[in-house]
Amino acid sequence: MVRGAWCAVRGGLRITRALLVLALLVPLTAHRSPLAAQGASEGKAVYDQWCSGCHGTTGAGNGYAATRMLPRPRDFTRAVFQIRTTASGELPTDADLRRVVDEGMPGTAMPAWKSRLTARERDAVVGYLKTLSTFFQGQNPTPITIGKAPRSTPETIRDGRATFEKLECFKCHGELGRGDGKSAPTLKDDWDQPLKPADLTEGWNFNGGYTVEQIYTRLRTGLDGTPMPSFSEAVDSKIITDEQLWHVAQYIRSLSPERPPEPRDVMRAAQVATLPGGPDDSAWAGVERYYVPMVGQVIQKPRWFAPAVNTIWVQAVHDGKSLALRLTWHDRSKSPDPAWDEWLGRMQQAMTEGDAPVSATQGPDRLYLQFPLHAGGDAERPYFLGGSSRRPVYLWRWSSEGDDLEEGTGTGLGSFKAGAGGEAAHVARYDRGEWQLQITRPLVPHDTTAATPFPVGETIPIAFFAADGSNGETETQGAVSAWYAIYPDVPTAPGVYVTPIIALLLTAGVGLGIVRRAQKHRNG
Amino acid sequence: MKHLMLSAIVVSLAAFGSRAAPVAQGGSVTGTVKFTGTPPANPKVDMSEEAACKGKYTSDPVVMVTNGSLANVLIYVKSGLPAGGKYAVPSAPVTIDQEGCLYHPRTLAVMVGQQLAIHNSDAVLHNIKVVPKKNRGFNISQPTKGMTTSKTFTTEEMDIPVQCNVHSWMHANLNVFSHPFFAVSGADGSFSIKGLPPGKYEIEAWHEKLGTKTMTVTVPATGSATANFSFSAAAR
Repeated sequence: MVRGAWCAVRGGLRITRALLVLALLVPLTAHRSPLAAQGASEGKAVYDQWCSGCHGTTGAGNGYAATRMLPRPRDFTRAVFQIRTTASGELPTDADLRRVVDEGMPGTAMPAWKSRLTARERDAVVGYLKTLSTFFQGQNPTPITIGKAPRSTPETIRDGRATFEKLECFKCHGELGRGDGKSAPTLKDDWDQPLKPADLTEGWNFNGGYTVEQIYTRLRTGLDGTPMPSFSEAVDSKIITDEQLWHVAQYIRSLSPERPPEPRDVMRAAQVATLPGGPDDSAWAGVERYYVPMVGQVIQKPRWFAPAVNTIWVQAVHDGKSLALRLTWHDRSKSPDPAWDEWLGRMQQAMTEGDAPVSATQGPDRLYLQFPLHAGGDAERPYFLGGSSRRPVYLWRWSSEGDDLEEGTGTGLGSFKAGAGGEAAHVARYDRGEWQLQITRPLVPHDTTAATPFPVGETIPIAFFAADGSNGETETQGAVSAWYAIYPDVPTAPGVYVTPIIALLLTAGVGLGIVRRAQKHRNG
Repeated sequence: MKHLMLSAIVVSLAAFGSRAAPVAQGGSVTGTVKFTGTPPANPKVDMSEEAACKGKYTSDPVVMVTNGSLANVLIYVKSGLPAGGKYAVPSAPVTIDQEGCLYHPRTLAVMVGQQLAIHNSDAVLHNIKVVPKKNRGFNISQPTKGMTTSKTFTTEEMDIPVQCNVHSWMHANLNVFSHPFFAVSGADGSFSIKGLPPGKYEIEAWHEKLGTKTMTVTVPATGSATANFSFSAAAR
């Protein structure tokens, strides 16, 4: 009886399942070839597994991770895409979508998928995401025609700069391209989320890549869904020539380094005769810059998912008595700044799912540097987030509020005990989207129990924390770095230069002697 | 007999033509839009960052009342038109001008396929971003004075935001209709919708801040029906 009932249930289930499969297949096969249907279901499987967490199951850009991301994941239902080879307002081509899936979106949370998904899977997912919006139905978008880039020369780059000014690109991107233009605090995307104008000096973070061709294409098509407009119409209306637009692309390209910068574990502090007098001292121009990438503090509550500072450049020199560090970082605002109240308001709206509400008032900008308090023979470095009670850190805390530098120690993120100190001197200046800070301190402090010594010829671990007050950041909610090290160079002994010269002279002398003896021998 | 056939062809051709052609004659709906009470204060605008526009306007004219007349109200036929009716696209474009870092007018309506001419009268960079949901949006730059760009829309859609990201205070709203029976009230509050076939229509008046008012009118075969609207601060 039981068995009979079970069989009936099973039989019923089998029929139901068969009906379900049929029901699913019928609408698909009615319009497409079985192969296309298979592709669509493969695309959906890939999408559900890898994409839906951010982009949402229906593609509305509302996956469970979305609210912790700025910019937000793309909402596919509106079919508005930034990176296209088609005119503003047009749909992207399949190749455009495939490129973003392959390469990701630098500067955002979107990773490159070419190493994780097969080409077939990536094609399938592109096919699937086009089904998430009705706009794609029956459409076959065509790319704009792009000519060949003229040769880049100092003249074309100069003309590009002039056109950049004529087109008023600085209104958003800032006079020096650091994304600090006057309109910057008011910018938002089509979904009313705060959106920063690109820092044109950090091409490696451009969403669509930073070759001259890629930049030119962005200028022609605009970045739909963002405030960045298309400039094709300006060319069509003969306000600028197509060549001039190429020059703008070449100028923008020239603002970033040739290759994406690579962090180096050890940053060398060369010995110099005289330390620079401040961060704007021209002597710094000849000192190597080290790249320190920064990421949001997403480990300890309250976490921070939308850091404003993504790079710190570090330079270091010493004169045998003191160490001087020059730290520069791009920050779109000199906080607090009333012009950024609107931005902060939008940040409060956007970052509602954090561990704490975003501060209602703008704090100062901050840069903290930490060193292991007890370095020396002990190889183990303190916990990178501000140390611990077992392994404290020696801290320099600079704040734009009153342009103040505090010296002390810390035993964890946000912990600070003023101590010893008084020996670290600093000069800070803000210039068009960039903070420049020079800190100088004797290599050997008065009290080595309260401050880390910087012995010449040894590596000194160093780590960074940065916060932008106008972005709602605080002394714990900001950007952090991993540990790096500063290496104050051992002074070069005069012998290093003299010995090779003596050796050279000796060799030449001996050689000459041999030749002369040989000549004498023959003559004699 | 031949004659008869020819005239039959002519008649049927004329009938065919009338389906796509505008109703050249027909009735109209005219009226004025009034505002009673004290108009709400308009938001202040600080244009000090833009030398070319600074001081020209000091507030965003959301509610524009002159001698009790309300401008920038969209009046359109909401219902009553025969289903599936096809209407010729007006050949004249609708122009939106950027002057003094504001949009003029700030309420616009076009028919599907009708040209929207976007003009820049300012010697500064504006970008014009249109953010619809049912139509395709766009974002184009107009870096100099005198530039005009034309665009069209494909689907009926109300209250599409038009914005400039360089000047965040600049707002306009665009409305796209599948018929040509709409108008926007002028500074004197008057409007006129022409060429309506005789019949009973529901007319709606919409203001971006003050909300909507509707009324039913009967348009005679010739002549005009009147639709006067009145808004107040508490409407929405």
